[in-house]
Amino acid sequence: MNIKPLSGAQAGAEALRQIGIEVFPVYPITPQSPIAEGFAKIVANGDSDAELINVESEHSAMSAAVGAAAAGVKTATATSSQGLALMSEIVYVASGLRLPILMPVANRALSAPINIHCDHSDTMMVRDSGWIQIYAESAQEFYENLILAFKVAKNENVLLPAMVMIDGFITTHQIERVKLFEDSVIKNFLGSYKPPYNLLDIKNPTLVGPFSMPDSYFEFKISQEEAMENAREILVKEGEELKKITGNSYNYFEKYQLDDAEYAIVVMSSTAGTAKAQIDKLRKKGEKVGLLKPRIFRPFPYEEIKKALTGKKAIAVLDRSLSFGANPPLYAEIKQALGNKIPMQKYVFGLGGRNIYDKDIKKVFKELKEGKVDNKIKWIK
Amino acid sequence: MAEVKKNNPKYSPGGRTCAGCAIPLIVNNVLSQTEKPIVAGVATGCLEVTSTIYPYNAWNIPCIHNAFENVASTIAGVESAFKYRKKNGFEEKIKFVAFAGDGGAYDIGFQAISGAFERGHDFTLVVYDNEGYQNTGGQRSGATPLGADTTTTPAGKVKKGKEEQRKNLTEILVAHRSPYVAQAAIHDLEDLKKKAKKAIETKGPTALIILAPCTTIWGFPPAKTLEISKLATETNFWPLYEVENGKYIVNIKPAKEKPIKEFINQQKRFAHLKDYPEKIEELQKIVNKEWKRLLKLEEKK
Repeated sequence: MNIKPLSGAQAGAEALRQIGIEVFPVYPITPQSPIAEGFAKIVANGDSDAELINVESEHSAMSAAVGAAAAGVKTATATSSQGLALMSEIVYVASGLRLPILMPVANRALSAPINIHCDHSDTMMVRDSGWIQIYAESAQEFYENLILAFKVAKNENVLLPAMVMIDGFITTHQIERVKLFEDSVIKNFLGSYKPPYNLLDIKNPTLVGPFSMPDSYFEFKISQEEAMENAREILVKEGEELKKITGNSYNYFEKYQLDDAEYAIVVMSSTAGTAKAQIDKLRKKGEKVGLLKPRIFRPFPYEEIKKALTGKKAIAVLDRSLSFGANPPLYAEIKQALGNKIPMQKYVFGLGGRNIYDKDIKKVFKELKEGKVDNKIKWIK
Repeated sequence: MAEVKKNNPKYSPGGRTCAGCAIPLIVNNVLSQTEKPIVAGVATGCLEVTSTIYPYNAWNIPCIHNAFENVASTIAGVESAFKYRKKNGFEEKIKFVAFAGDGGAYDIGFQAISGAFERGHDFTLVVYDNEGYQNTGGQRSGATPLGADTTTTPAGKVKKGKEEQRKNLTEILVAHRSPYVAQAAIHDLEDLKKKAKKAIETKGPTALIILAPCTTIWGFPPAKTLEISKLATETNFWPLYEVENGKYIVNIKPAKEKPIKEFINQQKRFAHLKDYPEKIEELQKIVNKEWKRLLKLEEKK
C-alpha cells in the first residue's frame, strides 16, 4: 500500500492504469479533463501501453470505445455533463451490445445556462441507460469504486458497462491522501479479462450490432434487465472480496449513525461528508440523527434501503438534480422503496455547483424534527 | 460474381437489397481485392438493414454496426484495439474497411470521418453514394444533386426539387491529406477493383466514393443500374478519378461527352425538369465547370 496526495481525478487515472485499460478514447471536458490528462501522462511515461485516442467529440469517444470493446480489449473513456449528453445515444448502444466499458464521470450541471460546476443532472439523465452507476464521496472511494465496477462489469453473468461518478471540481480537483493498493494485488483481484466478443478473431467472424425486428428486440432488452439483476448480487459478492484488500465496505449504501437514528438524511457523493460532520455535532448534543449515503444507484437497492430506513420518524432526501415535473430522481427511488409509511421531505440542493454548508444540514434535521414535511420541493439555496 | 463466390465470399449473396441495387456489387468487389483478412464496420443505412437482420447475417468476416453517424470512430476503436494487440505480440495482418452511405458519410457521419482521417487511423472508408436517404424513403442528403425531386425537397407548383448542388466529399477528404482518395462506379469494375486494392493496401486513412444508382428512389428499371452508372460517367456527372498523395489522375475521359439530359431523362426523380429546361441547363453548367476544374487539378503535377 502506498499513500499519495492525489486529486480525485488523479486517483481515477491511477485506477485506470491498475485495471490495465488497453484502449482509452477520450475528449476533454471540464471538470473531467484531469482524468484524461492524468491517464495521458501515465501513457506518455510508459507506465501504461494503452492506445489513447484523442477523438474529436464525446460521441466519437463512446463510439470508438464500443469498437475497441467489441474488438476484445479492456476499454474506458471519461466524460462530464454536455459530453455525456452528446454521447448518450452511444451510451445506450454500449449497454445494448453488453460491452463492459468503464467510464469515470465527473458530475457537472447541464446547459442551459451553461455551467461547469457540480450537480448530478448529467448522470441522472442516463440513469435508465442500462449502465451500472456508482457514486463516490471521496477520491479514495472513486479509486476503489472504479476497480470494483470493472470487476463486476466484466463478469460473464453481467457484461454491462459501468459509470463511476465523482463530484466535479469538489472531488475531482481536491487533493486528498489516497491509499493506493499494490498493482499486483489489484491485478490479482481483477483476474483475467474474457471479452464478450472479439472482432479481431478472424477465424470466428462475429457480427456485432445486428438489426433486430419486433420478433427479437424484446428478448434482447429482457436479457439486459436480467444482467442488471445479476449485477445486484455480484456487486455485493465482489465488494466483499475487495474489502479483504482495502478493509472498506462496498455495500449498496453507507449507513452513518443510522441504525438508532430517529431522523435520517439521504444524500449521495461529496455532500455526505458535510452531512457526517453535522451529524457528529448533533449527536454530541444527544440528537438521534443519521445518514444513508447511496453508493450504487443502478441497480437500485429497494429492499435493502427499505430495511435500513424502516422505523425512522422522518426522512429527508437531498437531490442534486431535478426531474422537471416529477419527483427528483433520488427522492423518487427512496419513496418507491418506502411507500407512504414514513414522512418524507424532498430537498434539492447544489444545482450548478451552489455550495451546501453544515448549517443547511442542521436546518434539514430541525425541519424534520418539527414535522415540517410536505409534498413540495424545499430548495436549499 | 462467380469468381467471388468461388473464393468463399466475404459478403454472402442473398441479402435483402432491392432488385437491381448497386450496393452488394460494391461490397463484394471491394472486399475481394485483398487476400488479407478484413474487419468491416457498417453505418446504419441500406447496407446495414439488408445484411444484418437478426438472426441472419450476410457477413462472413467480422463486422460491427454501431449507429448512423459513427462508423469512422467505431472502426477507429477497432483499429486501435488491433494496434494495442499488435504491440503485445498479435501477428495477424488485418485490414479495416468502414462502409457508409452518403448520409452516413457526407452528412451526419462527416465529423467522425474528418476526425478519424486527421488522426491517421489505418482504414478504408467506402461510401456507397446513392445520393439521398434512400433506405428511409428518399429524403434529400448533402449528396443529392441539384433539381432532384426528393420527399423533403419535393417538386411542386413553386419549388423545382433540390435547390442546391451536391457536396464534394472526395475533395474534402483530399484536403485531409489522405494518401489515397478515389471516385469509382460499378459499371467499370476493373477500375473499381484496382482502386479498391490500392485503397486497402495503402497505409493510413483512404477513401473510395462509389456511385450507387438507386433503382427504387431514382426511379429507373432494375435492369438499368449499370447503364445509369455508365451515363453518370459519360456525362461527366460522376467522373472516375483518383488522388494519390495529392496527385490527381482522371481515369476515364469520355471520347464524346454526353449532355446531362441523357443521364437525367431516364430517372423519375428528375421527371419534373422536362418543364424547366433552365434547371437542366443550370445542372449542365455545374457539371461542365466541375469537369474543367478537375482537369485543371490533374494538370497540376
